[in-house]
Amino acid sequence: MTHAEGGHELQPSHVRAHSDVWLSGITAGYGDQPAIEEIELAVGAGSLLAVVGPNGAGKSTLLKVMAGLLRPWRGRAEVLGATPGREARRVAYVPQAETVDWHFPVTVRDVVMMGRYPSLGPMRRPAAVDRRAVEDALEKVGMASHQRVQIGELSGGQRRRVFLARALAADPALYLLDEPVTGIDAGTQEDLMDILEEEARRGRTVVATTHDLACAAQRFHHVAAINRRLIAHGPASLILDPEILARTYGGHLLVLGGQTVLLDDAHHHDQPAGEGEIHYHDEGSASP
Amino acid sequence: MIEPLIEPLGYAFFQRALVASVLAGVVCAVVGSYVVLKGLAFIGDAIAHAAFPGVVVAFILGGPYVIGGGVAAFLTAISIGWVSRRARIRVDTAIGVLFAGTFALGIFLFSTIRGFVGDLFGFLVGNVLAIGPDELMALLILGALVLGVVALLWKELLYSTFDPLGAAASGLPVGPLEYLFLGLVAVTIVVSLQAVGIILVVAMLVTPAATAQMLTVRFSRLIISATLIGGLTAIAGLYVSYWFDVASGATIVLVQTLVFGVVLLLGPRGGLMGSRLLRPRNA
Repeated sequence: MTHAEGGHELQPSHVRAHSDVWLSGITAGYGDQPAIEEIELAVGAGSLLAVVGPNGAGKSTLLKVMAGLLRPWRGRAEVLGATPGREARRVAYVPQAETVDWHFPVTVRDVVMMGRYPSLGPMRRPAAVDRRAVEDALEKVGMASHQRVQIGELSGGQRRRVFLARALAADPALYLLDEPVTGIDAGTQEDLMDILEEEARRGRTVVATTHDLACAAQRFHHVAAINRRLIAHGPASLILDPEILARTYGGHLLVLGGQTVLLDDAHHHDQPAGEGEIHYHDEGSASP
Repeated sequence: MIEPLIEPLGYAFFQRALVASVLAGVVCAVVGSYVVLKGLAFIGDAIAHAAFPGVVVAFILGGPYVIGGGVAAFLTAISIGWVSRRARIRVDTAIGVLFAGTFALGIFLFSTIRGFVGDLFGFLVGNVLAIGPDELMALLILGALVLGVVALLWKELLYSTFDPLGAAASGLPVGPLEYLFLGLVAVTIVVSLQAVGIILVVAMLVTPAATAQMLTVRFSRLIISATLIGGLTAIAGLYVSYWFDVASGATIVLVQTLVFGVVLLLGPRGGLMGSRLLRPRNA
């Protein structure tokens, strides 16, 4: 995965064959407004990819194309070797926290069990193997003691843990996570990233959108910087440099004496200021 | 004490009315549990009103109202599903247009015929005491069909209601499930037309489920509580309407509304006097 700028680099066929996600010239959007244009991206099996970019850059749209939720207008896409959506049962998608109805009458356990529903098929009730998978997933994310709690009573971090557990319970080959570490405390972020790292070690592929550049730099293998178009894609240490970030974030980014300061409007409302999520040291801290 | 409860059971028409009311109460409560969570109360009301022209056409042609009303309700349900996915106007606006337009068509057709006025008025406000044996059998079959489909697909319907994107991404056919569900709403409404009538059927659909929502935080318990509330209020309402010789559909709905009000005031969760508001939220 070389440093592909502007999406002009040719994708050799072996890259496509060894990628869990392969996008070529993808343009997609809603109504008649494209949200992403001409995206070129290949994500190898077992890698952790962070998709970064300002609000409205099309991060969620890109994820929806990969999940088969949005059909691209142009371009070709392959996910797990097939058209997006075709291998849906091997994909776990976790939506942004804001899109979930937290008053919905389901408990933590119910939500995690939903991860088992697609493989169960209609008319079948969860069996012992499904209950075991749910227990294991809850154990992994540290929510085993909250099984019977209604999801609305959880904190923001606990909610993200539960949705990650739902994805884990499905035992997917590909995780597509929309803002999994947004608005949660540092401890939860560490825990969730440890789990995802472990999944990557087991050969699972993780694609996550994030606003958190520090997390992207420290915990992900690769970063794709997008702002409607792909600005850059490559190893985290190469991508998160001031010049690329300036091009990605435009006027919302200031470079101050070797430190890159990101000024992004909807950035971490729930986190106390000065937690290190805004400041990003360009060279030193980029490598994990 | 027991006598007023036993006495009406001696009449075949009351027995049929009781079965039809409980059936409507139960089927509405089960489907209504999803309607409430999907926020489809307005769509349910629109589909109910859209059944009216179908019922009128069935009368004009001399066919069974179940088919006429069912076809009209089903077509409206499908077009609402289609409009809400494609149109560039807001969904509630589109529903408002369909709602009023189809109901107006029903009244227009209604005003062209003479003679069946009483029977047709029955569909607007319900007349469960007039239900015939064949009709009841048809309603039982339709009701069993709805309950059967929900029994088979309850978890797929639940997942696609709770998180449509997550469900679709993991391979559930969320689009077809949505159309299927609107179809279930249409059949449910047809099952309930004789019991409570077009105008009040939305209450049967929404009120027991809304009441149950205040009683529990688990969907399985919500659907069971709603079913119990729907069935029991149908029985209570029918007896009250018999004793006082008042409209049965309206009485059933009033009993449901009363139960809703009591739970709203005294209920354990979300109740205005419940303990939940006093308990500190664990943030």
